Amino acid sequence: MVLEIGKLTKAFGGLTAVNGVDLNVKEGHIQAVIGPNGAGKSTFFNLISGFYPPTAGIITFDGKDITKMPPNKIAKLGIARTFQTTNLFEDATVLDNVIIGNRLRTKSGLFDAILRTKRERTEEKESIEKAYKALEFVEITDLADEPIGSITQEQKKRVAFALALATDPKLVLLDEPAAGINPGETDGLAALIKKMTDNGLTVCLIEHKMSMIMSLADRIMVLNQGKRIAEGTPEEIQNNPVVIEAYLGSEENEPIKV
Amino acid sequence: MKGFLTKRNGILLVLIIALLLPFIVPNEYVLHVMALVCIWSISVYGINIFTGFTGNLSLAHIGFFAIGAYTLGILTVKADWNFWLALLAAGVLSIVLGILVGLISLRTSGHFFTIFTMCVGYIIYLVIDKWDTLTGGVRGLIGIPNPSRIGPITFDSLTSHYYLLLCFLILTIFITKRIVSSLLGRTFIAIRNSEELAQTIGISTKKNRLLSFVISCFFAAFAGALYASFVRFIGPEVGAIFLGFEMLIYLVIGGLGTLTGPVIGTILIVTLTQSLQFLQEYKMLIFGPILLLIVIFYPQGIAGAINKLTNKWKAKRTKDNKVKEQQTTIKEVG
Repeated sequence: MVLEIGKLTKAFGGLTAVNGVDLNVKEGHIQAVIGPNGAGKSTFFNLISGFYPPTAGIITFDGKDITKMPPNKIAKLGIARTFQTTNLFEDATVLDNVIIGNRLRTKSGLFDAILRTKRERTEEKESIEKAYKALEFVEITDLADEPIGSITQEQKKRVAFALALATDPKLVLLDEPAAGINPGETDGLAALIKKMTDNGLTVCLIEHKMSMIMSLADRIMVLNQGKRIAEGTPEEIQNNPVVIEAYLGSEENEPIKV
Repeated sequence: MKGFLTKRNGILLVLIIALLLPFIVPNEYVLHVMALVCIWSISVYGINIFTGFTGNLSLAHIGFFAIGAYTLGILTVKADWNFWLALLAAGVLSIVLGILVGLISLRTSGHFFTIFTMCVGYIIYLVIDKWDTLTGGVRGLIGIPNPSRIGPITFDSLTSHYYLLLCFLILTIFITKRIVSSLLGRTFIAIRNSEELAQTIGISTKKNRLLSFVISCFFAAFAGALYASFVRFIGPEVGAIFLGFEMLIYLVIGGLGTLTGPVIGTILIVTLTQSLQFLQEYKMLIFGPILLLIVIFYPQGIAGAINKLTNKWKAKRTKDNKVKEQQTTIKEVG
């Protein structure tokens, strides 16, 4: 197990956004996290990547306890993530945006910068090479010199992937990678996610596009109102009455928190 | 024409003008103003590192300018230190105080950080104003010496002092350029762009912001120390908040987060101020609208606007070239 999560809980005042969630993610798997809006999926990701300290529970990555680590340390250990909005630097080129991904593996500081030492130069070269490799992986090498402002939404998603990959991660968390992307392009991104696991990465993703999830994921966890209501293979989830109830509403028309 | 209008030639031209300035200015007063421009610019480059490239607004900057000025003033006047040693001490003190202030103030962010640093700036001003025995209070410090001689070179004449300040300004620009184009500079820019994203790619925003803050404080104190020795007299008003805002205006008009912005903005505004001196307080009637127009239409200042134009021009040229290439290949094929 590359990621082991036990009884993870996060309360914001009176609202328990994530409530006692267990999850084990196997190496090389694509683990999807689905659920209605407000189910706590993004909070769950924010807990894993260290943006929020959990109220209770334990997160273990690669055998190390990362429960209370700050996000930058977690990234160093090998967890990368992308956001729903790509957050890229619009004025800079694609390559410039991705080069910084290798920063966490470099050591050059202020004096290296001012004196332009050998370390600075070699690390800069390494970073550029890694950035090109990442761009090659997501198949947008030809866009390297384009400013982010002039490329499409789908290409921006690919740049965000490349940036995450440039940090040299073992586990990648993707928060709604296919949001705002048309169906044809979604297939391309799905193929890319598959390619990541083929290359030894483990992927966790939040997604609303069911067709994509069902064909892509190895395992699916369903969250509803902060609680894990089901976990299993796509087939198991599709036929699970609890899941169907959460998504479509029960016969008694109980209100579902949307 | 195309070969002549390169960036390198432009820089060379500006450099030659700056070097020949003492021989072409009509009177000493203009040279005096240009020497002040060098000092302000160094300080504005300091603001630029932190505010322009790392994306946080600190209003304590002017406080550090005053700390530099007073450290040099007190050490040379009261303790009879050598100028260069005192300059070094001003730099070291600013680094120490910068780390202390940064460690506390950077726990806040956004507007709260700005307000907090404004308070720090004001506290520094008050300490200077009230600590009579050390700083001379409102009477200030008089008779701060010129930079001491290095071997055969003395800095007693205005011209030699101007050259010294110009050297420091060039060094400042050089260091800024090195920082901005390095991995460290990329780190700063990544934090400015999105703190969240910077953290997820493993950047310690706390550590890097502190570093940027301290670099900025160092430049402020360095400029302050040079100022003290240049004008020979300092009072508490070197730490007044309005002076800090003035430097910020130089930066905003010149171009936040650009390499040439600080010096462009400073020269432009100082020259304008000097030539509008006869209007006295009413000159603000001219400044206000200019500032507003620039913020609305050119949020990246004059340097930003120029960069955009040249980028557009370049993009157009490469596009034209591509079209031409295609046409020729088509012709060849046909």
